[in-house]
Amino acid sequence: MSTWHEYIQRNASIPEWPYPINYGKVNEVVTDVLVIGGGVAGCQAAINAAKKGVKVAIAERGHAKRSGSGGAGVDHWHGAVTNPCSKVTPEMYTRACYDSMQGYTGGHVRYIITKESWDTLLDCEQMGIQIRDVNDEFKGADFRDEETKLMFAYDYENKHIIRVWGYDIKPKLYEEAKRVGVNIYNRMMVTSLLTEGGNQGARVVGATGVDTHTGEFYVFRSKATVIATGGAGRLSVFAPEITASGTMADMNSAGVGQAIGWNAGAEFVCTEASGPGGLVGFGYAPYSTANASNTYHGTPIVDADGKEVPWIDVFGRELKTVEDRFLPQEGQQFQLGIGIGISRTNQEFRLNDINPDLPERLRRGEFKLPLYADMTRLSEMERRCIWGMMVGNEGKTRIPIYDTYTKAGFDPDKDMMQAPVMPLEGYFNACYWAGGPNTPPTVRGMGGGGFLLDWDLKTNLEGLYAAAGGTIFGGGCHGESHTTGRYAGRHAAEYAKTAAEPVADSRQIEAEKTHSYSAVKQSKEGNGWKEINAAIARIMRDYCGRHKNELTLNLGLRLLNELKTTELASAYASNPHELGRLLECHALISVGELVIKASLERKASNSILDFHRLDYPEMDPPEWQKLLPIKQVDDKVEVRDLPLDFHLKPPYAPTYEENYQLHCGS
Amino acid sequence: MSDKVYMVPNPPTPNKAVEFNPDICSGCNLCVDVCPTDVMMPNPEKKKPPIVLYPEECWYCGGCVEECPRPGAITMLHPTQQRISMNWKRKDTGELFRLGMKNPPPPNTRPPSG
Ligand SMILES: Cc1cc2nc3c(=O)[nH]c(=O)nc-3n(C[C@H](O)[C@H](O)[C@H](O)COP(=O)(O)OP(=O)(O)OC[C@H]3O[C@@H](n4cnc5c(N)ncnc54)[C@H](O)[C@@H]3O)c2cc1C
Repeated sequence: MSTWHEYIQRNASIPEWPYPINYGKVNEVVTDVLVIGGGVAGCQAAINAAKKGVKVAIAERGHAKRSGSGGAGVDHWHGAVTNPCSKVTPEMYTRACYDSMQGYTGGHVRYIITKESWDTLLDCEQMGIQIRDVNDEFKGADFRDEETKLMFAYDYENKHIIRVWGYDIKPKLYEEAKRVGVNIYNRMMVTSLLTEGGNQGARVVGATGVDTHTGEFYVFRSKATVIATGGAGRLSVFAPEITASGTMADMNSAGVGQAIGWNAGAEFVCTEASGPGGLVGFGYAPYSTANASNTYHGTPIVDADGKEVPWIDVFGRELKTVEDRFLPQEGQQFQLGIGIGISRTNQEFRLNDINPDLPERLRRGEFKLPLYADMTRLSEMERRCIWGMMVGNEGKTRIPIYDTYTKAGFDPDKDMMQAPVMPLEGYFNACYWAGGPNTPPTVRGMGGGGFLLDWDLKTNLEGLYAAAGGTIFGGGCHGESHTTGRYAGRHAAEYAKTAAEPVADSRQIEAEKTHSYSAVKQSKEGNGWKEINAAIARIMRDYCGRHKNELTLNLGLRLLNELKTTELASAYASNPHELGRLLECHALISVGELVIKASLERKASNSILDFHRLDYPEMDPPEWQKLLPIKQVDDKVEVRDLPLDFHLKPPYAPTYEENYQLHCGS
Repeated sequence: MSDKVYMVPNPPTPNKAVEFNPDICSGCNLCVDVCPTDVMMPNPEKKKPPIVLYPEECWYCGGCVEECPRPGAITMLHPTQQRISMNWKRKDTGELFRLGMKNPPPPNTRPPSG
């Protein structure tokens, strides 16, 4: 027996909710540091705060042992430029990201990441995560350093991205958090930040949450708080019947951290930025099947007759050997790798790829569909590394791909994996499972905007820090999220050591409590959460899609507000799970408002932010090359201008290193 | 087992996401405890496999399978529309295979690195 339907058919009765329900019961948690979101960034924040001797709690939506985008594993760790083999410096890496994005990424966050990413990885090694080829399985391979036994990805010359055996990284982080005494509250849907006097813009003194198993209410009082809740995947795409939320992230990715920060008066930048989404889960092959990108970088792709498609460097020169695919070519400094939270990369840092004219060649009949990933053409070491090591450890691939395929008989020594068959445009790059331009243009995601942080990774609100990939401006991928978490946790703990006792406002708590349980008190005829979520995503797609103007944006705001006061206000939750999902819908509406309001403030189109204002069609006018930090004061929007390089301007020092030394603490 | 016919909603899409083997599963609910999105709920009958309640919220991370102390008790099932696109071809014979095919080839037993 497996499913609910089977249970009903067998037992002729509907099973009762399995956890004891106690709606409204109040639990108080008092702590020095509260971490909201126990993903990889949140766990690192908690561990490093606890190591400073303060009392730490994590409030996690799922279960911290396996939750979050990083919860399913990792195979390559970016930004570890201070490892003993690396030829890249923090300055070089930061500049490469900052220049590629023409300033629209947090240079300070990038610098912090590159200064500490390797140290953070060494911490992980201490926790029991394998980061070296200790068993000498790959002895002699060109991607391995014989002395340190480190193995590198993408750029074998500059050696700053490290291949890791990270399938169990999250369970290990979880064990470490418990070992250092972190109190973990799982199934906690955090609903709001508490501020001093209940005032927007005041010091953050804790948070409220609802347990989605029991329905109980939690009041966290904390001296310092770290937000690490990840991205907002369900904001403009919602298609759970197709696969998960329809985005890369899991269903818990609802932008709650951004929403509660926005409502508390925190400042954000670049939330008007968005980018094209992928077809992950849209009926195509699952994540990480036949392709030659990311984990599979360098894998030979052949056509139906076994003819291999050519690889080129970023200048269009054909690469002669498989080995060349992993090396920077003449005219390049080093290769940055992909998936690090920047949407464009300058030529001198980009990866080699399959020739983007492949769609044209397929059309001409030079190559025949379907295409296959032919790992048999790789050296034995590279094949075992890509399939056995990376696919065996990458997020969502150990069980879903490695285990599933091998049990079904797939053998990379003999078999070729078929790539999705799709309209030809999708073959313009080697990441076939994402579908490229075949993705409907309405499928978009947030594009790198988030909390605006200072050199301490603190927000503008006293007591509030943030970390992670999707949550902050300048954040990146897996390793980067660990690293910002580690840094923010340290700083939150230092602040908590001397901060005054947190005094929460009882009216704020009461109001939040009333709001939190509204959905269980509605008529049973009320809408369910999926209906509402789909409507929110529809509003965001239609009125704040790729093309927008003042009118569509204002209509979008109006409709979000409509939803809040009609269908969402009367929505009904029949159990604590549905309640949690409905509370996320409230958060999604707040994030939607933040995105639309930020979009209204940028009265110019911007190519880097992929931001297209029909009423301001001129692309990249120089007077608009700036950040527009946005926040709420008394529920009204307040915006200011900030230079792109604010992190190297007063009150900060003029160089990255000076600022880092002044702020890193120990 | 009841032979009655009930008014039930259509099976959700995907139908299952994970499947239990009741002969191996001990109903320990470790998978239920760690699932990030509460796809499964404990069975009201003790020692029985969990009930897959919210399969459409599954992220296919495989954490439940990794957590399981009894190999074979729980299997992750890609939705059929995904399995249908998980194809491969044996290079020297040209044979075609698919995840979920009728007469699958013998399993490749080589474990992953690490
Ligand atoms: C399939 C996949 C493979 C990847 N592979 C790699 C790779 O090989 N290398 C690489 O560098 N990067 C990789 N990434 C990216 C990387 O995993 C993410 O950048 C990283 O996990 C982000 O970490 P985070 O802690 O910011 O967010 P997450 O790991 O998503 O954690 C956020 C946490 O917050 C919790 N949360 C959300 N809302 C609430 C709430 N309301 N209350 C309480 N808690 C909440 C969530 O449950 C979650 O645990 C991959 C991502 C995916 C999806």
